[in-house]
Amino acid sequence: MTTSLELAGRLRAKFPALISAPAEFRGEITLQVSDPEAIAEICAVARKELGFDYLVDITSVDDCGQDPRFALVYHLDGFGHLCPLRLKLRLGEEKGELPTVTGVWRTADWHEREIYDMMGIRFRGHPDLRRIIMWENYPYFPLRKDFPLSGKPTSLPEVAFTEPAPLAGGPFVTIAGGKDTIAREPRARIPETDAPEPRK
Amino acid sequence: MAETRDLHFQEPAARAAEAARTLAAASAPAAQLQDVPGEKMVLNMGPSHPSTHGVLRIVLELDGEVITKAMPDVGYLHRGDEKIAENMTYSQFVPYTDRLDYLSPLANNVAYVLAVEKLMGIDRQLPPRCQFIRVICCELARISSHLLGLGSYAMDVGAMTVFLHTFTEREKIYNLCESLTGARFTTSYTRIGGLSRDLPPGWIDQCRRFCREVVVNIDETETFLTRNRIFVDRTQGVGVISREDAIDYGLSGPNLRGSGIEHDLRKAHPYLVYDQLDFEVPVGSAGDSYDRYLVRIEEMRQSVRLLHQCLDKMPAGPVNIQDGKIALPPKDRVLTRMEELIHHFINVTQGVNAPPGEIYFGHENPKGELGFYIHSKGGGTPHRLKIRSPSFVNLSILSKLLPGHMISDVVAILGSFDFVMGECDR
Repeated sequence: MTTSLELAGRLRAKFPALISAPAEFRGEITLQVSDPEAIAEICAVARKELGFDYLVDITSVDDCGQDPRFALVYHLDGFGHLCPLRLKLRLGEEKGELPTVTGVWRTADWHEREIYDMMGIRFRGHPDLRRIIMWENYPYFPLRKDFPLSGKPTSLPEVAFTEPAPLAGGPFVTIAGGKDTIAREPRARIPETDAPEPRK
Repeated sequence: MAETRDLHFQEPAARAAEAARTLAAASAPAAQLQDVPGEKMVLNMGPSHPSTHGVLRIVLELDGEVITKAMPDVGYLHRGDEKIAENMTYSQFVPYTDRLDYLSPLANNVAYVLAVEKLMGIDRQLPPRCQFIRVICCELARISSHLLGLGSYAMDVGAMTVFLHTFTEREKIYNLCESLTGARFTTSYTRIGGLSRDLPPGWIDQCRRFCREVVVNIDETETFLTRNRIFVDRTQGVGVISREDAIDYGLSGPNLRGSGIEHDLRKAHPYLVYDQLDFEVPVGSAGDSYDRYLVRIEEMRQSVRLLHQCLDKMPAGPVNIQDGKIALPPKDRVLTRMEELIHHFINVTQGVNAPPGEIYFGHENPKGELGFYIHSKGGGTPHRLKIRSPSFVNLSILSKLLPGHMISDVVAILGSFDFVMGECDR
């Protein structure tokens, strides 16, 4: 019976210069791909030669402040061997573009559109790279870490929730740019300023 | 006396062959369409349409009554759950999972906490009683979701009675949920490392009674539909998905199994105590809407089987992990003992202390594979939480599937997909 580790080793043997040694965490195998440009080719080999016929998910992570900023995560599985595998790669913000894998699995279409919509990463060769969840011409990428939780105003006043902070005003809601919970709490003890007042 | 016309049913193999022919005919419709005079029309279906079960919008390009192009448009129910999750502790996100697939909140609760427990490395340490109760929750949610799916599907294609019939039974599931969790709809029942409370007294007997009754109800529902001329005519050979397409488009759940692929995460990557339980995975032969319906009917019977086994085997013991750093300690001890008070305080204010790392956990939800990808940098809050929702992925095949069908078939296909927009849009 094949294992994910074996398959990872076989995939790595095909691309020794591009794929790092498999890392294991909680029984899951992750392979780091060093060059984003090679992802479509690696995925095609994984599907055709190693039986990864099922693309479970593609997602992205924003490590704001780091360089390269984004990480893309591909979850593969195969109905023939049932060995899941994760491929990861890092992508810089100024590049912000990598090849699509829609040619390998059709299901990648909507996953990649969602990543583009939420994080602004573009997929070269995608047949229909439009926003999927937010509306056309929405100016921001809301899942980026520098986008505030309370939202930003947009220039479309007729569309619902273009005003920021639909939750603003609740007792426990921190408004973007305002004081945080501890600063608003009158009974909070802040070590630096909490020295006892001198007796008069 | 009028002669009754009996339905002619083919063998599964013959049906599969006919479905393949339908599929081949549908993929080459250009020749017969081009001689129709007149220009194409664009029909905007949804976002508010009875058959879209929420707020799905499909832009259809029509040649007469035949669809030539379909563009599904999702996102009308987007609430930013993934962004919200990055800004709160793991425990605080449990109520948000109720609102993903709001027809099976219990299954979502279980899926989410299993993902967090996998990240913490405690998924194998759960007490047996907790695992059995969670399986019961998942299977109750499956029956509840399929009953609603079938009822509304039947109503979409013109049979009102089935809806009322299945909702009678769903009402009993809601009553069971209420006595189990305290809420009928938004259950938020699971906790990291356990459950919010144990089974109430007498609940097992109530659940057994429900299991006996629901089997009768499922049989009756089948008599309404399975050999119903109108239903069969509207669903057989409609919305045929080949094995290859089902895999290529990443379908999951009954929609995948309807196309003949025997893939169920409860068998493929077993979690909880599913590997100790006996059940079968029904698959379809033709991959049409009718097969997806049949798969759901049979899945409910298998769920009842699982429920009986769990209720019989239900072990005694605690339902929470006995570690105050993961699950909240009992309230009476919190109020009387120092250490438990500290654990309670830390757990509530800072959350569980998850290690840095990343995991993906896929759960066989009623609608398909509900997966959570958690990227942690340590501490009580995820750095990134991605929800892989089955409805989102299942709907992506519509632009491939709908062209070649009539407008009325759209309703029959959408109903057979049994999607929920709360989960699709997140």
